[in-house]
Amino acid sequence: MSAAADPQGAGLRAWLRSPSPASTWQARAQRAYLGWVAFRANPIAMAGLLIVVALVLAAIFAPLLTGSRGLDPDLPNRLLPPSAEHWLGTDQLGRDIYDRLIWGSRVTLYIVGLVSIIVAPIGLAVGTLAGYAGGWVDTVLMRIVDIFLAFPRLILALAFVAALGPGLENAVLAIALTTWSPYARIARAEVLTIRKADYIVAAEAQGASTWRILRKHVVPLCLASVIVRLTLDMAGIILTAAGLGFLGLGAQPPLPEWGAMISTGRDFLYDQWWVPTAPGAAIFLVSLGFCLLGDGLRDVLDPRSGEA
Amino acid sequence: MTEARLLEVEDLRVTFRTPHGPVEAVRGVSFSLGRERLGIVGESGSGKSQTGRALLRLSARNGRVSAKKMVFDGIDLTNASERTMRRIRGARISMIMQDPRYSLNPVVKVGDQIAEAYRIHTGASARKARDRAMEMLETVRIREAGKVYDLYPHQVSGGMGQRVMIAMMLIPEPDVLIADEPTSALDVTVQMQVLALLDDMVRERGMGLVLISHDLNLVASFCDRVMVMYGGRVMEVLEAGRLHEAQHPYTRGLLNCLPSLEHPQHMLPVLTRDAGWLEEAR
Amino acid sequence: MTDTNSAAATGKLPAAPRALRATASALVSLALTFIGLTAITFVIGRVMPADPVLAVVGDRASEEAYQRVFLEMGLDRPIWEQYLTYLGQILTGDFGTSIMTTRPVTEDILRFFPATLELATLATLIGCVIGIPLGVWAAVNQGRWIDHCARVLGLAGYSAPVFWLGMLGLLIFYGNLGWVAGPGRIDIYYDGLVEDPTGVILFDAAWHGEWEIFWNAFSHLILPAGVLGLYALAYIARMTRSFMLDQLGQEYVLAARIKGASEFSVIWRHAFRNVLVQLITIIGLTYASLLEGSVLTETVFAWPGIGQYITTSLFNADMNAVLGGTVVVGICFVGINMLSDLLYRFADPRART
Repeated sequence: MSAAADPQGAGLRAWLRSPSPASTWQARAQRAYLGWVAFRANPIAMAGLLIVVALVLAAIFAPLLTGSRGLDPDLPNRLLPPSAEHWLGTDQLGRDIYDRLIWGSRVTLYIVGLVSIIVAPIGLAVGTLAGYAGGWVDTVLMRIVDIFLAFPRLILALAFVAALGPGLENAVLAIALTTWSPYARIARAEVLTIRKADYIVAAEAQGASTWRILRKHVVPLCLASVIVRLTLDMAGIILTAAGLGFLGLGAQPPLPEWGAMISTGRDFLYDQWWVPTAPGAAIFLVSLGFCLLGDGLRDVLDPRSGEA
Repeated sequence: MTEARLLEVEDLRVTFRTPHGPVEAVRGVSFSLGRERLGIVGESGSGKSQTGRALLRLSARNGRVSAKKMVFDGIDLTNASERTMRRIRGARISMIMQDPRYSLNPVVKVGDQIAEAYRIHTGASARKARDRAMEMLETVRIREAGKVYDLYPHQVSGGMGQRVMIAMMLIPEPDVLIADEPTSALDVTVQMQVLALLDDMVRERGMGLVLISHDLNLVASFCDRVMVMYGGRVMEVLEAGRLHEAQHPYTRGLLNCLPSLEHPQHMLPVLTRDAGWLEEAR
Repeated sequence: MTDTNSAAATGKLPAAPRALRATASALVSLALTFIGLTAITFVIGRVMPADPVLAVVGDRASEEAYQRVFLEMGLDRPIWEQYLTYLGQILTGDFGTSIMTTRPVTEDILRFFPATLELATLATLIGCVIGIPLGVWAAVNQGRWIDHCARVLGLAGYSAPVFWLGMLGLLIFYGNLGWVAGPGRIDIYYDGLVEDPTGVILFDAAWHGEWEIFWNAFSHLILPAGVLGLYALAYIARMTRSFMLDQLGQEYVLAARIKGASEFSVIWRHAFRNVLVQLITIIGLTYASLLEGSVLTETVFAWPGIGQYITTSLFNADMNAVLGGTVVVGICFVGINMLSDLLYRFADPRART
């Protein structure tokens, strides 16, 4: 009955489940499908995906979801408790906390996105180069990576911001500078394990250039672990950014950055507890979402590594 | 010697839950074992190892074992409590695994691992267990037992590791020993030594031995009876001496795959398989 | 039978030189990391600011003071020479003078450090005592609800911002319930009564038998340590679970079961012994990251530790103090990780020889 009602769906499923794929494209689609099936069966990972999607949607549709941009002071209405009009109350300048949280999701995504596009390519490049070149290039590059890895990240970011001056961009830069090194490690490890693999030797024997091998074989293989690691690191990035904001070194007022919101709300902790608590809950939720998503992605994409 | 039935198995089934639905690894295997040497032969995936593990009720977490009858020395293994099983494991039925590099605990001295096996079932003092383990190391023909006792698994060679494994599994003097591919991870030169040792120990103690292997010749030369498995099913059970009289096409196929000096063949035939063998043969 | 002797021989002989070589290479990498660390703080302090002198003297300094500091910092000399001087100063424990406290930075750090040490140590202890059994428990019950709970708790502990958790803790346990003491390290009433021999109040109070002070300090300490401990717990439980799952799938665990070992013995005597070896590095990493991660917690709890010292110096543009603190925390971080690495080599027979 159901098969007759939905022949195309059944055909697609059969195509995706067929034990002998007819083309590489079908094989790839099958792998993605099986991954998605495994991912969907994992309620924790799905919860993570849901949170992250909600964050992205909130950022995109912020103007539709809010009544104001949460920037203009409205002093008569300051420090109101949560009500029908102000779902999460208002802060010390009378701005709606809910509005500020929604707009703050843009700041968070901005930080996360910027750090990712700085960090992943640098890490990949350094790691692949070190792993593939070997010899002294490897030694020198890995020494540098080790030095950055051995560093206390938050303190180093603090010192960077101290020298560069507070601000959102400088915070991003500081976080990126302290985050890139593990990616080089991962990429290098991947390269080393596959460099000696028979199919790479075969590709070399066929006369493939180094560049081609890197592009076609090495980088795609690293990508899975890099993506997983990046998702798992998102939580750390968000927390560091919030920490810098909390210390007053990240985004500057009146920008609705969640960490900074906690910092200004701190003075009202005992009497107007919702002011600092709400943004903290937002940070918590979003970084939890990335954690859960990363965990689920790792199970699907990178079954070899138990834990990073 | 009267043939005392140590182990009787009827219609043993092992099923694994997998993301792609249940997979039956063992489908209705029946056999019995006295104080004799039974060989189980089959290619990989034929269910021979799972049969061995099912006897100890140590199938993987997602596996389910069922049998019409699985009795060891009057004890019903299908219903035995976990407590009873623990008293049987090691002490009465023991098992030697394939690769000592993985089957010995890497952070415990090999001697202590042997002594532990003894202490679990006898409650002996640490000193007594140490002495027994030392004796046992000598029994499995390890020279300088005192020195070897204090080594860690990564410090011993494969052959010596497998001797340690044998010592560990035989120290509580079990009645039945299951040897799951005991030599296939070893160098060819050491294989025969380990097998000879195993043979001696089993003979001396009058144990029942289940030797699981993919090597038909080896099984035929060491065992009294040979059970051939394919696809989780028993194809045929034969006296080892009468292997050449095998009836079943699969056994014949296996025999013909082996090169022979007496009947040289230009090309070795490829094994043909028949899906019909997997049908319920009732 | 030849394999018996040769294996026994190879097993024993080269142990000593190898251990020596491992230690030597650890020392070399420690030295290199140290050079890297100082090079980066040097760049941060002397090269990146538009005017490093202003960063030290502040913008209200007289022309005369400016000139004096300019020469003192050796800014007229080439960069590599400046770096070498800087390195020499650090090696002799000279981080310059703090403009905020007008004392040598080294002296300040020695005063603030014990508070951080106390906090991080108790937090790590909490993390180990609860996290390890929780991780083992979750792994043994893989896939059951207890495992899912432990997993979510682990991820939650990792995702919650510590400064926010600290504030919630203050709000609930101090503000509403009154179970613990508030911000600060000790009530003003007791302040400064015990300071020797270590500066770690809990230890000093016990040393002098001042139990009243001990309990007061403890009620101040338990909340920040609990908050940091939750983070440590989350990480340690997570790693323990994953290591344990890995070990439980190993053949030697099956072998132990075949021997008839009890479930308790299989888990703790066999699998956990292998997990413990791996956990050494993780615990070291946690301890080190708590030393630095306490920056935010210290701010929330007004905890007079090194983290707070660094942040307050930062707002007073006290660059010497910031860099001094960074270098010290960095050295501790690297040192602890190195130490746990050595300990691991010692604990794992495979790494030892």
